[in-house]
Amino acid sequence: MASKIIVKNLKKAFGPLEVIKDMSLEVEDREVVVVIGPSGSGKSTFLRCLNRLESIDGGTVIIDGFDLTDKSVDINKVRRNIGMVFQHFNLFPHKTALGNVMLAPITLGILSKTQATERGLEMLRKVGLSDKANVYPAQLSGGQKQRVAIARSLALNPDVMLFDEPTSALDPEMVSEVLAVMKELANGGMTMVVVTHEMGFAREVGDRVIFMDGGYIVEEGSPEELIRNPKEPRTIDFLRKVL
Amino acid sequence: MKALNLFTQHLPTFLKALAITTYVTVISLIFATLIGIVFGLFKISKKKPLVLAANFYLSIIRGTPLLVQTLFIYFGLPMALGFRWPWATFYWRSQPILAAIVIMSLNAGAYMTELVRGGIESVDPGQMEAARSLGMSYGQAMVQVVMPQALRTMLPSIVNQFIVTLKDTSLLSMIGLRELVQNAKIIVANNMEALTMYAIVGLFYWVIVTLLSSAASNLERRTTYGK
Repeated sequence: MASKIIVKNLKKAFGPLEVIKDMSLEVEDREVVVVIGPSGSGKSTFLRCLNRLESIDGGTVIIDGFDLTDKSVDINKVRRNIGMVFQHFNLFPHKTALGNVMLAPITLGILSKTQATERGLEMLRKVGLSDKANVYPAQLSGGQKQRVAIARSLALNPDVMLFDEPTSALDPEMVSEVLAVMKELANGGMTMVVVTHEMGFAREVGDRVIFMDGGYIVEEGSPEELIRNPKEPRTIDFLRKVL
Repeated sequence: MKALNLFTQHLPTFLKALAITTYVTVISLIFATLIGIVFGLFKISKKKPLVLAANFYLSIIRGTPLLVQTLFIYFGLPMALGFRWPWATFYWRSQPILAAIVIMSLNAGAYMTELVRGGIESVDPGQMEAARSLGMSYGQAMVQVVMPQALRTMLPSIVNQFIVTLKDTSLLSMIGLRELVQNAKIIVANNMEALTMYAIVGLFYWVIVTLLSSAASNLERRTTYGK
């Protein structure tokens, strides 16, 4: 079975600053990969290269068979299949919760307005926010905002979801509601790449954990072996600080 | 009272002049907004020629007085290009309405360009990223996500630009457009009542500007969504 995501020798620099030096990784269909590492290690940049929110300077990224470095590939089409959830939610403040979820399917001409409404309500139900459909983001709590953001991505029926520190901007009491939605997604067979500091989530939901530092993958393995028995000194050092 | 008599006596022509002033301002502001959106997008574009084109336009308009622009466009261009600015043939006969609108649109367009650029830049870049990550094109993301938010924050500034343009139309008396000032000049030429007539003109501007200013500060107070 072919891998869902294939990253080969990825490189990314911001001016003189090499953020990703050389990364290779394959993610299987329905696999949940958790990326951990100190801040500045390049994990967010790595994630943003997977849907080309950051341009790719070297190497290849192949998602669902589409080579993102190939100029002839319509990146907008590929992105429909890759949901992304941001640390700061990035909900559209001028749209209601339902409006946020409906916008892309309608704008992209995938669904009619009636279909999009139906689909939007279904997605909001999935994240437990049916009652907030007509509420603007300003009136939602952080946890609710992030769940709407997840619903917004799901509306396009993606088969890969990228999470960029989805709980880092949340008050502690709201972390679990977002993680619960993510866990449900994972159980439903979604292919996921999650950048997070939530070691509990990594252990419970992750199929594989990757430790990044200095633009490289330093160590990878099952959550059990990597979190319980890290081998690399840098991994040991990092885990001692966060656990 | 003499001033009041003068006011009521000349009210019909002043109302007509006020209509011209308002018409030219409103139509010009609409075009200026379109110009502003186009050049504002040029300005934030990554394509060098577009940025240069926008900068050239801005520097010409902002670097020269409106009066010079008016004279250049109304008297200069027809000489160079061999055409005549048409006069309105409809309701406001013998009025250089088209030239007036072109002059004011080009002028206000430059200032609107800066407003649009500032408005777009005030929107969190995460908004564009979120829209793009959902598969929207740059244009779709601009229209559906960034612009609505940018326009909303720009609204008070647009009203302020409206005020500026409204007052600037007084310079169009130079090309014989019978707006408020030109109307007063014509009357003063007959009755020599400069003090009263120009005070009346000032009053007209003051009333409109005051109304618009309070509208602008009202808008400023309501710029958040769902609150």
